Amino acid sequence: MSVGTAEEIKFSDELMAFIEEWKNKPGNLIMILHRVQGEFGYIPRAAAMKVSGLLGIPLAKIYGVITFYHFFKTKKPGKYIIQVCLGTACYLRGGQDIMNELETILGTSVGHVTDDGLFSIEAVRCIGCCGLAPVMMIGNEVFGKLTPEKVPEIIADFRNRG
Amino acid sequence: MVKKSYVLVCGGSACEASKADAIYESFKKVLEDEGLKNDVQVVKTGCFGFCEKGPIVKILPEEEFYVEVKPEDAEEIVHETIIKGRPVPRLLYKDKDAKVDPKADKFDMSKIGFYQKQFRIVLRNCGFIDPENIDEYIARDGYQALEKAITQLGPDGIINEMKTSGLRGRGGAGFPTWIKWNTTKGVTAPQKYVVCNADEGDPGAYMDRSTLEGDPHSVLEAMTIAGYCVGASKGIIYIRAEYPLAIKRLEVAMAQSREYGLLGDDILGTGFNFDIEIRLGAGAFVCGEETALLRSIEGNRGMPTPKPPFPAVEGLWHCPTVINNVETYANVPVIILKGGEWFKSIGTEKSPGTKVFALTGKINNSGLVEVPMGTTLREIIYDIGGGIRNGRAFKAVQTGGPSGGVITTENLDTGIDFDALAKIGSMMGSGGMIVMSDEDCIVDVVKFYMTFCVDESCGKCSPCRIGTRKLLDYLTKISKGNGTMEDLDKMTEIGMAMKKAALCGLGQTAANPVLSTMRYFKDEYIQHVKDKKCIAGKCVDLIRYEIDPAKCIGCTLCSKRCPAGAITGEKKMPHKIDQSKCVKCGECYKGCKFGAISKI
Repeated sequence: MSVGTAEEIKFSDELMAFIEEWKNKPGNLIMILHRVQGEFGYIPRAAAMKVSGLLGIPLAKIYGVITFYHFFKTKKPGKYIIQVCLGTACYLRGGQDIMNELETILGTSVGHVTDDGLFSIEAVRCIGCCGLAPVMMIGNEVFGKLTPEKVPEIIADFRNRG
Repeated sequence: MVKKSYVLVCGGSACEASKADAIYESFKKVLEDEGLKNDVQVVKTGCFGFCEKGPIVKILPEEEFYVEVKPEDAEEIVHETIIKGRPVPRLLYKDKDAKVDPKADKFDMSKIGFYQKQFRIVLRNCGFIDPENIDEYIARDGYQALEKAITQLGPDGIINEMKTSGLRGRGGAGFPTWIKWNTTKGVTAPQKYVVCNADEGDPGAYMDRSTLEGDPHSVLEAMTIAGYCVGASKGIIYIRAEYPLAIKRLEVAMAQSREYGLLGDDILGTGFNFDIEIRLGAGAFVCGEETALLRSIEGNRGMPTPKPPFPAVEGLWHCPTVINNVETYANVPVIILKGGEWFKSIGTEKSPGTKVFALTGKINNSGLVEVPMGTTLREIIYDIGGGIRNGRAFKAVQTGGPSGGVITTENLDTGIDFDALAKIGSMMGSGGMIVMSDEDCIVDVVKFYMTFCVDESCGKCSPCRIGTRKLLDYLTKISKGNGTMEDLDKMTEIGMAMKKAALCGLGQTAANPVLSTMRYFKDEYIQHVKDKKCIAGKCVDLIRYEIDPAKCIGCTLCSKRCPAGAITGEKKMPHKIDQSKCVKCGECYKGCKFGAISKI
């Protein structure tokens, strides 16, 4: 990651309008960071610097907040983000086996992106579908009652979508 | 035109995940094709609670209750049930104990074991109404409590009802709700806040999510009542960003309430102003702690601050703040409407009312269950939950998530309430109830919880930051077979120190899983330490796989599956595992068709 380069990054009009709306509300930082991540899929350093300038909040404080919360990412994720639930219910019903299978077939590990940039794997704590344990999400699609045997087919399907 | 029939499709998150959306669309299409569009209304409701068997579809007025429905089943249901008035037997829920007679002309949902012992206050509307339609909430007495609170009770009257009801906070600690409200009410300040904690962080608990998705108005109404009672004009719902459906339904509900004059300026024409906004959490378990949550709303790192000052006196932006969780609020409209005395008559003396539990893990009927306080664990696990999966033996149940403890067979007949759970070394927590069977290893599960606590410790105070890390180190050591008896003593010592010295609820309770399993499962720890054995076969370093030469026919499948090349042998001759090469992945064990490989 380049340090301190203030290369200009473009925010969409909607994002700029949102920042304008929230600019003077107290406690706006987290809400704005959510929008930034919504636009880029993560929070690029240049975007954090731009937010810092727009809100007059020191970059150090912004990074303090980003790194405190699991939800915010500082690295670009894959096109499809695979979230494997490792909440208690999923863990007991074999969530770790699902994770191992994914790591094997994708040849990467949790927190990383595949070389083709298509998939990244994340471990999440409970997405509230405990009745379907073990569960994983790819994008907004939830796959429940999984077994390691079902995983390759699901991944192949997403690969075909490209 | 009056609708003659209703199709209720569960729109809770778990069922949505199982294509409830497609089922909803499929019903709409079939009804349109049949020209029944105007006679039958398709409604997407909140969670029915019976997530194990989802997606669930209920047909009114026939009361047919269909489970595991697929989009292509819509046609048959419309033709059989709606047009001909007959059930579709293959989709009916079949109770193991055959309490339900599938041939009976009327299907009674309350006869299903899963629902029989439940009593729904918090989840009263979930599965009955369309959460995106305020009229349906109003039709079930919605917003009457708000009217009664403002026009009849007044702030003191509200406090009185809350006090009589004895409602205790459902977020974990069980603090009497009326005391919080009364404290904030008693402070004079230009600005006060009412906050709803919807940052449900306990992995394995999702009752707040289901409540917000299935009945968002109940929480909005309660917050407005609280705002009127304490003299606040602003409410904030702090909700996990991971709950997009709940956020959307809240936004829809808030817009409708404003339109009806139930939120915003001059509520019900009484001159009372109150509005609510949503703030998103960002995935930090510690933010369930009220002071940390307030720091997060303020846009900072969510780190707890010492109490006092209590939020009720000095909370959000230093203003007096009432803060309760979703389930607590969902009780309020009912208490106001039916009275504190009514509420107090349910549950136990010190813990009136009901509690919603997320029953998960090795249980047959996973789902959300709401029972009166004082219900025994045995009733919840066996009568409602249908017993342990795959006919295994019950081992323990963890309540209170990463902050709670285990309950074993000897306490299965304990009636559950706040005090009873604390007495046996666990806690109510938010209501996660994780059932473990004899296939689960206590050391492994506690290690799982401790990994979670290490991740989630905010790092501000050293008892929690260092304590959780040290406990995890010891647990890892024990699970690898390197533990000593002194380690066990040290773990207890560290755990006790954390309980006393940590700053917030997270740190003070993080050692509970260790302390409680040391109390009830010390033998299992000792087995790991002294005998180097994990009877459940979960701690991989303590197990090994062996081939029984008498059973092995030499099919070579295991040696082909072995990723480490640890299995050798001639074709049609018994094979052998080289223990020094074995990585204990279990592939051979899973693959053997002759049961020749055993896990020791």
